[in-house]
Amino acid sequence: MAKANTNNKEWNLAPAPESADHVQVKEKYDLFIGGKFRAPSGKKYFPTINPANEEVIAHIAEANERDVDMAVKAARKAYREVWSKISAAERGKYLFRIARLIQERAREFAIIESMDGGKAIRESRDVDIPLAAAHFFYHAGWTDKLQYAFPHQKVEPLGVAGQIIPWNFPLLMAAWKIAPALAAGNTVVLKPAETTSLTALKLAELIQDAGLPNGVVNIVTGAGPTGRALVEHPDVDKIAFTGSTDVGKMIQRSLAGTRKKLTLELGGKAANIILEDATIDQAVEGIINGIFFNQGHVCCAGSRLFVQESIASEVDRRLKHRMNSLILGDPLDKNTDIGAINSKGQLATIESYIAKAKKEGLEMFQVDCAVPRKGFWCRPTLFSDVAQSSVIAREEIFGPVLAIQTFRTIDEVIDKANNTPYGLSAGVWTDKGSRIFNLTSRLRAGVVWANTYNKFDPTSPFGGYKESGFGREGGVHGLRAYVKLDA
Amino acid sequence: MVQSIPRKAVDQTGIEERCDRFKKRSIKKDAKVQGLQLALSMIDLTTLEGKDTPGKVRQMCYKAMHLHDAYPGLPTVAAVCVYPNFVETAKKALKGSGVLVASVATAFPSGQSSLQVKLDDTRMAVEAGADEVDMVISRGKYHCGDFGFVYDEIAAVKEACGKARLKVILETGELVTLDDVAYASRIAIAAGADFIKTSTGKVQPAATMPVTLTMLEVIRDHYFATGQMIGMKPAGGISNAKLALHYLIMVKESLGQQWLDKHWFRFGASSLANDLLKQLVKQKTGAYQSSPYFAID
Repeated sequence: MAKANTNNKEWNLAPAPESADHVQVKEKYDLFIGGKFRAPSGKKYFPTINPANEEVIAHIAEANERDVDMAVKAARKAYREVWSKISAAERGKYLFRIARLIQERAREFAIIESMDGGKAIRESRDVDIPLAAAHFFYHAGWTDKLQYAFPHQKVEPLGVAGQIIPWNFPLLMAAWKIAPALAAGNTVVLKPAETTSLTALKLAELIQDAGLPNGVVNIVTGAGPTGRALVEHPDVDKIAFTGSTDVGKMIQRSLAGTRKKLTLELGGKAANIILEDATIDQAVEGIINGIFFNQGHVCCAGSRLFVQESIASEVDRRLKHRMNSLILGDPLDKNTDIGAINSKGQLATIESYIAKAKKEGLEMFQVDCAVPRKGFWCRPTLFSDVAQSSVIAREEIFGPVLAIQTFRTIDEVIDKANNTPYGLSAGVWTDKGSRIFNLTSRLRAGVVWANTYNKFDPTSPFGGYKESGFGREGGVHGLRAYVKLDA
Repeated sequence: MVQSIPRKAVDQTGIEERCDRFKKRSIKKDAKVQGLQLALSMIDLTTLEGKDTPGKVRQMCYKAMHLHDAYPGLPTVAAVCVYPNFVETAKKALKGSGVLVASVATAFPSGQSSLQVKLDDTRMAVEAGADEVDMVISRGKYHCGDFGFVYDEIAAVKEACGKARLKVILETGELVTLDDVAYASRIAIAAGADFIKTSTGKVQPAATMPVTLTMLEVIRDHYFATGQMIGMKPAGGISNAKLALHYLIMVKESLGQQWLDKHWFRFGASSLANDLLKQLVKQKTGAYQSSPYFAID
């Protein structure tokens, strides 16, 4: 056979950064209370940095107990005087308006999300922001149809909801929390995560522009103590929390004996199960998407990969091949697949797990790519032949680290998949429909994806079993968490 | 033999999602210029019409060697692709240029004839000097489930090719499902194909990204199993530069850099070249030139 007669230079993509010129970020952000931005009473501000280069983007107000109290009072006043008085259809109009404004400003939101949180612009542009708008659109439609969501029951709002959200999907989580609460007639006080407050504050500006009545949405920024003040405030009717299982347990303890309602969406250690008859190349894509989406900062990440032993080497080779085509770097570059780790603290956590896994003697594979000098980065990593008792198979890492386990029979993999305190999500890959139904009905997880992974839609309820929390977000089930029902 | 070739399912939704990811790559500046030139060098400039004449073929051959003389340093296309009776004309016109001559054969495009006629067709092309033969598989037999026939026919044509490289056209628009595209690809490779090719260009849909990705994944399976590289040629329907660059991204990310070479990847196209040229000129001058500035041979 003839030999290749040309010797082409390697074809690599040139930088393609999204321009951030038109993005408006103020130097300093105050608290959003009663429809206005107010300086924090403690006069304290903390910096928010870009995890890709460690540069300070802005300074964010730190809310103390007094500020939180003001915010709850503003929410209560708005609930009593305006939001519970206007017609449901009128509430819907505001939600539609917010949804449309998010779409109009999608590009700016996407860029800020990537700057503040380190996620690749491809994801903030194509996933976070469109889904945030979709949640407002979806819930806007429910406002005047609540009787149809809960037939033969009297539907009433709860009152004031305190909502605490994580740093992995900042605007999207704000939308998941605010949209159903408002649709059901509640007012809210939202606390974003301290490393990623910016898009929530941009959302506050957008809410002002939408003309939402003052106090219906209040945003208080700060770290743990701010969140605690919100949870412990006596005039809050409901707490919705998304974050770590440890903090979730603390919140539940603190609410015990109060009349406050609670929903928790906590950690996960999802099993992504590849059966021998799966379409392997597409399953590999699902594995990649399951664990490396948003640098693995996803509570439903497919962090435990279960591969049937007969195809283990085939999957291993294809997975490593695919990992080598991932592009790590500047989150604002349109070609980036893997952005920066959200914070220095999170990077340390991830690195400590990698060190533990190495100490256990596990075989590690890491993509051999260059890593920028500044900022927080972690190469896509996998560990093979992981036992059920290994620390990286048991604990949530919340980073781009995959534990590969093998199994022989379906009963075995179901036992292993369920052998965890978590139960948020799972994935099943098989070409055989009956197997999908068998596994999905026996896996103890709130969300089970079949032949796909990490698919989100506002119509679909999301939430966990066991220590992954309770209550659902999205769909009618999500609305249920924000209403009082009377037969 | 054909019984030992595994039938492996392909998930169409998964394939389509992967293709969307390729399309999201942003190809700018130097990478764009390099990609456009690479695509040019991979073209099988094609004329396969009832009204083809020696004159038409000679003119196309000139274009193959002189893509756009106003732009110095351009590569030639990889090959021209013609009917067997024009191989001699093309061979003569391209002499010394390095541009190869590919000939369709085996009762192209339908493949509805006897094996004897197909082999004669192939030998005629090879004896006239064809460097490559583009054969069609028997889709009718495939749909009858007579995979052994399809396999044996490819193996026989391969033998008749001698030193010429064999491209096996699956006519994926007539196989329809990706499961069948994958299985036919496996049969073709097992039977001796040097290249697998999507389409004749006479049936719609011709080449699509999902079909091409399915075939590339079969090539990758074969490479992982044997270490042997197989070439890929999508043909028909790739008429603009942007799409061609998406295909190159797909090749790079599914198979790797070593396939980004005209020896392993081709575009079967007639009008793609001019759009690539137009984009190259735009990259150089900053302005689009109108179509009349690019020759239409």
